[in-house]
Amino acid sequence: MASDTLTSTARSDAEISGLDALEIAGREKEVSRGTRFWAATWPKLAALAIVIAAWQLVVLSGWKPPYSLPGPLVVGRELVTQAQGPQLWEGLVTTLRRAAVGYVFSVAVGLLLGLAVARSKVLRAAIGSMITALQTMPSIAWFPLAILLFELSEKAIFFVVVLGAAPSIANGVISGVDYVPPLLLRAGRNLGARGLNLYRYVIAPAALPAIIAGLKQGWAFSWRSLMAGELIVVGISQTSLGAQLTYSRELSDAPWLLSTMIVILVLGLVVDAAFGAADKAIRRRWGVLDQAGQ
Amino acid sequence: MTSTTTAPQSATTAVALSGVTKVYGRGSNAVLALDGVSLDVAPGEFVCLVGASGCGKSTLLNLVAGLDRPSGGQIGIAGGANPGLMFQEPALFPWLTVDANVEVPLKLRGLPRAARRERVAELLRTVHLAEFGRKRPHELSGGMRQRVALARTLALDTPVLLMDEPFGALDAMTRDILHDELERIWSERQLSVLFVTHNVREAARLADRIILLSSRPGRIIYSTEVDIPRPRRIDSPEVAAIAAEVTERLRTEVGRHGQ
Repeated sequence: MASDTLTSTARSDAEISGLDALEIAGREKEVSRGTRFWAATWPKLAALAIVIAAWQLVVLSGWKPPYSLPGPLVVGRELVTQAQGPQLWEGLVTTLRRAAVGYVFSVAVGLLLGLAVARSKVLRAAIGSMITALQTMPSIAWFPLAILLFELSEKAIFFVVVLGAAPSIANGVISGVDYVPPLLLRAGRNLGARGLNLYRYVIAPAALPAIIAGLKQGWAFSWRSLMAGELIVVGISQTSLGAQLTYSRELSDAPWLLSTMIVILVLGLVVDAAFGAADKAIRRRWGVLDQAGQ
Repeated sequence: MTSTTTAPQSATTAVALSGVTKVYGRGSNAVLALDGVSLDVAPGEFVCLVGASGCGKSTLLNLVAGLDRPSGGQIGIAGGANPGLMFQEPALFPWLTVDANVEVPLKLRGLPRAARRERVAELLRTVHLAEFGRKRPHELSGGMRQRVALARTLALDTPVLLMDEPFGALDAMTRDILHDELERIWSERQLSVLFVTHNVREAARLADRIILLSSRPGRIIYSTEVDIPRPRRIDSPEVAAIAAEVTERLRTEVGRHGQ
């Protein structure tokens, strides 16, 4: 009987490792970093080249006079000139400082609000749908009120940036908490996670992807609100990127206007790429990233 | 009606259910899921609950696990301990590595880091996954994930293990191997197991005692001791004979609902 058990155990040990090896074989595909980088980069470069070529073609067609629509070469030169002077950098610093302050405050408000609504049935009934309604309100529609309340000041911009971004972030938190799989909650409770520990060990990490999506959307809203605000609330001493857009239009300086727009676009893309990288890292950890579809 | 959770009266029971009733809903919509289920599991005993759909098997395990409250009757667990619960899905946390998954119950119990690491290594050796600690759940096969879930449940250090069709989603070969594994771990650690399945052969392969539940409402209608010596094989004639007998009773019970 004893020897019987022993042989059976030895047999099943070998079977287990054999089966494990067979089942996970071929799951790991190693692709070199360079190959992956190139695969991700060339479509972007190609798209950029097509856009510049199309732009050049429109300019060559003579649809608009060159003083209102300059070609890519002229704008490129202007961009280089701008990059050598202090004005662009000062504007960049002013705008980014406003964006950072407004966004950080929005994140704090959004996370707290989202958590409160997700936890409390009363709060959800009271303001759950109002948060979504706030989200659909175009941020520019807030400015008249903001200017009445805070005059043409940074405070007015800050007010609108927070109103634009916080609801998206709150909504991300709410849907993240709502969609935590009940099975994981049961497993967590059975393992001894109750109350605050359930939030720490199960709900918060399970809701993280939706929270990141909310943060990303919140960023897009706050960036748009900020640009709208800087266009409208000009006349504060600092020449932000938005103010530079307004000035360049008033001076009919099309190359300056377009080069400023390019800077704004690139900034938006860079921040978006950072959120994209965070999202991808999470999906890779969770195993929901389609290896073939990369 | 009373519903209390107390330690069982004698030291010879690991889990004691007496007259457990569960009603879902109210008024005319009320559904009686469990009706007066009384059942004792002895320490070290392996009990399989078998029944057709709607017999309240999973409801019963949730009640014993303390995730839901009975509408009536009493449930007692030896030492008042929180029993470990396993599901048909591994229910691993996808954001954690295998190591970290097994570590969660140890962290929640406040074990120091060094002790945790040692325990995690020991538990993963127990389920033959010592080299896979740094993998994430999605990198493992279904059978391996279920073994990680077993290690994580064992980390609770509870003498009572509740299993809700834990091998239902696995292929036959993997299931056979996991039967051997579970039997070994159960006897090494002298666990009391309450195992729910709709697979009668699986019950005959594993159980010391098979209990058959009726459907709507769930009542115990048949109980049989399985005294085939271990280790058993799922394809042995003795296991097949027991399975045939239980299947016959199960068919009669299912047929009763067709009339």
